[in-house]
Parts: sequence; structure tokens; C-alpha cells
Amino acid sequence: MTALSCVRVVELAAAPIAWAGKLLADMGADVILVEPPDGDPARAYPPFAQDEPGAAEESRSLYWWHYHTSKRGVVIDLDSVAGQERFRALAATADVLLEAEPPRRLAALGTDYEQLAAVHPSLIHIAVTPYGRDDPKSELPQTDLTLMAAGGPPWSCGYDDHSLPPIRGPQQAHHTASHFAVLSALTALLHRDASGEGQFIDVSITAALNVTTEAASHTWLVARQTVQRQTGRHAAVTPTRETQERCADGRYANTGVPPRKPSEFAALDAWLTELGLRDELPEAVFLQMGANWEGPFDLSRLGSDDEITAIFGAGREALRLIASKLPAQDYFLGCQRAGLAVGVVNSPEEAFEDAHFQVRGFQVPVWHEELGRDVIYPGAPYRLGASPWAISRRAPNLGEHNEEVFAELKAPANR
Amino acid sequence: MPPSALAGIRICDFTGQLAGAGATRWLASFGAEVIRIEDPVYAGRWDILRGAPPFVDERRGVDMGGAFNNHNVGKRGITLNLRTEKAKEILARLVAVSDVVAENFAKGVLERWGFGYERLREIKPDIVYVSNCGFGHTGPYSGFKTWGPIVQAVSGLTFTNGLPNREPAGWGYSYMDHTGAYFMAIAILLALLHRRRTGEGQWVDLACTEAALSLHGPALLDWTVNGRPTRREGQPHANRSAWPPMAPHGIYPCRGDDEWVAIACRHDADWQALGALVDEPWCRDATFATTAERCRHQDELDARLSAWTAQRAKFAAEEALRGAGVPVSAVLKPQERIDGDSSTADFRLWPSVRHAKMGEVRVDGQPARFGKTPWRFDRPGPCLGEHTDEVLTGVLGYDADEVQAFRAEGVI
Repeated sequence: MTALSCVRVVELAAAPIAWAGKLLADMGADVILVEPPDGDPARAYPPFAQDEPGAAEESRSLYWWHYHTSKRGVVIDLDSVAGQERFRALAATADVLLEAEPPRRLAALGTDYEQLAAVHPSLIHIAVTPYGRDDPKSELPQTDLTLMAAGGPPWSCGYDDHSLPPIRGPQQAHHTASHFAVLSALTALLHRDASGEGQFIDVSITAALNVTTEAASHTWLVARQTVQRQTGRHAAVTPTRETQERCADGRYANTGVPPRKPSEFAALDAWLTELGLRDELPEAVFLQMGANWEGPFDLSRLGSDDEITAIFGAGREALRLIASKLPAQDYFLGCQRAGLAVGVVNSPEEAFEDAHFQVRGFQVPVWHEELGRDVIYPGAPYRLGASPWAISRRAPNLGEHNEEVFAELKAPANR
Repeated sequence: MPPSALAGIRICDFTGQLAGAGATRWLASFGAEVIRIEDPVYAGRWDILRGAPPFVDERRGVDMGGAFNNHNVGKRGITLNLRTEKAKEILARLVAVSDVVAENFAKGVLERWGFGYERLREIKPDIVYVSNCGFGHTGPYSGFKTWGPIVQAVSGLTFTNGLPNREPAGWGYSYMDHTGAYFMAIAILLALLHRRRTGEGQWVDLACTEAALSLHGPALLDWTVNGRPTRREGQPHANRSAWPPMAPHGIYPCRGDDEWVAIACRHDADWQALGALVDEPWCRDATFATTAERCRHQDELDARLSAWTAQRAKFAAEEALRGAGVPVSAVLKPQERIDGDSSTADFRLWPSVRHAKMGEVRVDGQPARFGKTPWRFDRPGPCLGEHTDEVLTGVLGYDADEVQAFRAEGVI
């Protein structure tokens, strides 16, 4: 039994919702991915296994493999009358319809919420569009990059040097939209289970990004101030000190929020001493003062109170000095052992190979019959003790499940 | 009033900061009853956002933090001094009538107070317990501490956001606090669906670093299948697109101070449309004729296009390229997208709440419009201990004299 056993999702293949479909499928939902006759364009996205694109039906795209695990795949030509009929029959068996079509396309085909819900009122229809279904701007062509620019994240991301462009997180517009699509689907399923009623849900990608910018939005909403981007740390109204340290091996570490508890100043002072570096830090006396501080520091006085400011400055200087003496991974481990929330800046594969994630079983083998072997995939984003996450199958080949899915539609008593 | 999707679900909420508070915020906006528990001894300051900027005016204090209010709208707040036995009894009574216990402490904190999963299950056999911490509750780093930027660093998200041969730019905010909160809320909803089907509760161990790592899928498969690392010459180049290959694809400078526009040509048709608009000799250069060629000569292409955009105001460049049918957007500043973009207002994305001390404050809304069960925020973020009396009497059945005694004894 999984959390989403007996939940069927029909996903109309589209880039912004591929991740949403995977999240539901890996939790046990029966996700049926609907592609046009010539296949979804993402089948042709690099990188490819062994860098060989192969024939279209071979699906050697690693991008495709990742985003469509645990799904079944069918081909339906929505531009044909027969295809529209078949799609309506399929949607009638669905608990959730997940789509990111242009706003007016499904209505023109007679397959929008009104038509589907007329015969299947418990259907949950999730429409993901750039600005919401009613906004004419949702008709404009967009990519993950242009959505990010419009939704706010890049304004806050980049370098202290503002002659360099703002930086966007690749694929995160689609990921963020997908997170809200999944939240919406699960929330609506709980409501449907209690009430029997389905509903239409309009998810805006740019709105999702607008509320995923942390201080950039609420600093304007509350104080009408604008944050400015800074290298490797939070964008802020008033410039803050650097938190990214270049370690002795040339790799970086992020020291994040500086030490702010007496116990942290004490541990830092002890580590500095242990490394024989205390004499190299003129501010070490303030670490001692921080260690002996009574009660929590009043952070609102940081910058105005001389003592608090000096103590916090000494914490930063001590972290910087130690970083210059140790490789990044050792620095990370040492800081954490001293109780400090510091992180090594890993590349994705460095993180993936780290012992911590290996011990937790984050590397997951998935059988690929065409290759005759397992391929290692990234694992569960959360561990539900009683309803385990699992990749139940590799991504579908084009039309791989036509026969079994369409046969079920002809025999509705089976469902 | 329309029905609430999550009416009748009660959350015993120890979450804080954004990584946890952002999760129960979603649940509260759909009608779950979220009761936030804070420590009276440290005035709730475990959550560093209590009393931290932004502020509505010159007033300061634990009830004046704008970020705290934003992340905790729709919740009630009580104080419990869990160093005392009586507070533990009160907490046990709350757990007994809750559906979910949610927390984002470092591993072991709740257990030290005597409320590990086994104990929670004794009190309420079908309880859903969701813990959210940086490295999860097992494994060699499970005792380590994190914030959003640390999670992003360790999981590769900082590394991938940058330009070649420079230090990582990373994220200018805690993307993984937001996203960790989304995963946490998803996990809570999954566990509630599981309970509805089977009657059983469970413990969800959420490690924010794993949630973050799962966002690198194609890059990790490129590593496991092809042995190609992302730490290599020419990488990362965050504003470019290799999957799928697109060029031009970037953020380009515009006229004025720190003004930028994002442009992406998905295919040759977009490129030809851009070329027809720009109409300079380089647009007809054979080295830029196909996507593959443009990707190969992207530095030169970016320099050419930058020279064109730099002569234009960002909204003028956006309008011209939009008219040509090319994917484009100005890089919007907070003011421009909150007050200057009708699409966020039309989506009713910035609701107001009336806070007891801060007054009328706008907050982030939810980016999803539900046809039958719309979200709403019925109340602002709680002042410290604002609802202790009403929860202890109304939900837990203590009488007013008992509550008064708890206060006198330092229990609440």
C-alpha cells in the first residue's frame, strides 16, 4: 500500500509539469503520460546515454529518463476527433488531470474542465500556465529562463559586481510550478475524499515564483525596500559581509548565518586553539566575550551595539582564518563538529557520491531492459515510513502502454 | 463561505524559520487548524525571524518581524515551557487531539523533550509525524546543523548557479527553505492520504539536502551513465541552456542602472524572428544559422546581442521581442512585479492581513486558484503566546483558573 495507490493521474506531456508527474508517480500513483504521435520534444533533449541520441523511439535522453520514471506512456492525437474521444474516455477514469496546455487549447478541442466534469464531477483538473488561465500573457511563448526573470528569483541572485548579469537557477521555474501543482493535487484529493467533489485548479508559474523569493517579496510588501543581490549570500537592502570562503584547496564553503549563540563562540574558540591558530587572530578576545555572554543576543542591536557587533565580527574572522588553512571538506566537517552550520559547496555529483547520502540509500538502481542492466538514479526526496517512495519502472518508450491502457478503457467494469 | 479543503485537520506545529513554517502555511491557507508552539523562556527566538526585519516602522520586538508574520499567517500561537512537567502534560493533551506533529528542529530536540516518534504514537496511534532537517535523522551527518544556504551549498544548488571561472553566485535567498517547505507540506498531505486509506499514521523523515539533490536529475544521470561531472571546464553557465540546447539564451544588459532582459531562442524560427527585428549584419552570419552553430559560438553571439540590448530600455526590448514572437522577459525587480505587473494583482497574489501590532500588512498569497475550495488567510501571524488561553481552554479543556496557575508557575 502506498500513499497514492488507486489514484490515477493523466498527464499531458509538457515541460513545466513533468516533475509534478514524477513526484506523484514515484509515490505510487498510476500516472499515464499522454504524448502526441511524434512524441514529446523532451525525448530529444540531451544529455544522451553514451552521448548517442539513437532513434527517436529508443529514448536515450537522460532528461527524459529522469522526469518520467514510474509513468506509463500512451499516444493520443488530440488534433483528431478519434483522439479527442479517446482522451475524454481516459480522463473519465482519472482522479487528476495534469496539464500545461495553452489556455484555450483544451476548450477548442472539447476536452476542457467543463466538458470533462459534466460527465465526471469528481475530476481534479490542474492547469499550469505562465500567468494563470485568464491572463492573456499566458499565450506568449516562454521558457524556464524567461519565466524566472518575470517571476522574480534572478533579481536576487548573482554577484556583488552588478556589471555581471543576475543568475537564474536552471529548471527551477518548472520545478517550482510542479511543487505547487502537486500540493494542489494532494490538497484537492483530501477534499474530494471527504466531499466527493472535484474541482478546477489554476496554477500560475510566475505567481509560484513570485512567492518563492523569500525576502525580496516581503521586504517590499512590508517596508517598501528593495533587496540587492550579493555573491553567495542573501540579497539585502543593506550590504552584508561575505559568507562564502575559499578554502585551502580552492573549493568553497558557505558559512551562512554566523555564530550567534554563546556555545558556538565557545566551540569556535576551542577549535581555533586546537588548530594552533588563536595567536593569528587579534579578535580572539571577543570570541571569549561571546562565549561568556548571558542569554541570547538581541539580533536587532547588531550593528548598533558595539559589543555585539565586535563579537559577531570576531566569529566571522575566525571562520575565515580557519578556512584559509583547511581543505573545504575538512573545514565543513570541522565546523559542524564545532556545532556551526557551515556547508561545503559541492557539485551535484560530489554530493551524490558523499558517504552520507550513500548510507541513506539515495543512490537507487532502476532496471533498463534495453541496456540489460541497472542505471543509478537519484532517490527519495522524503522518506515515508509506511508508504515508501519508489521508482517502479524506467520512463516509458513512445506508446509503450497503448495496448494495456486502451484495453482497460474498453472494459470500464475493470476499474 | 466556500468549504475549506483541509477543514478538521489539526496540526501540532513546532516548525519555524521558513523551511518548516512555509509548510504549515500552505495547510493553514486551506483551512487546517495550525497551532504553533513556542518557547516562552527565549521569547520564541529559536525562530530567528521573530523580531527580525523587515519592519513596518521603527518599532522592534518579537511581534514586529515582517518575515515571521509572512510565514505564519493563518496560524494560532501558544507558548509552552517544555522544561516543566506540566507543559509536557499539556503538550501530550494537544498531541492526543492532533492529526499531525510537524517540526524542523535539529535531530533529537523533540526526543530530548520526551516526544520522539514512539512516544507520539503512544499518545495518538495514528499520528502523522513529519521531521524536516538538513541531513535527515539517519546517516553520518544527521547531527549536523543547516540553514537554507548550507543545504544549497552541500547539495550542489549553490555550485550550479554561477558563471564559468568565477566563484559560485549561489542563490540570493533560501530557495531550499521555500522548497524544503513545499516538500514537507507534500509529505504531510501524502501521509494524511495514506492514513485516510489505511487508518495508519507514520513518521516522515525529510532531509532537505536530499530534496535538493533530487532537483539535479539529468546532471546526476549524466554522471552515473556517462561519467561526466558538472565540475568541469566551462561550467557552470547557469543562464545558458544545454538541455534542450538553445541559443541565444541568457540575461542581457539594458539601458539604465542594473536593468536586464532575459531572452531565449528555442529554435531557428525564434532566431529568424529575432534577426528580422534586430536586422544587423551579424544576424545573417552563417556562423549563427543553426542552433548547433549558435551554441558553438555563444560567447560571440552574447556579445552581439548584449550590444543591441544595451541601447534599449528593458521594457522596450521586451515589447519589441515579444511582438516578434520570441520568448522574452525583463528581469523584474520586486516593486515591478508586486506593484507594477497587473498579472500578479489580477491573480490576487498579495492579500492583506490585519496584525494586532503591525496593522494592515500585505503577505505572499498562494499561486493556485481552487475552483471550489479557495485558499484564504483568516488571521495574521500570531504574536508570542497570543492564543495560549483560547487553545488551552477551547481545544484542550483546561479552565481559566488552571491556565492562570500555569502562567504563575512559568509553564506557559
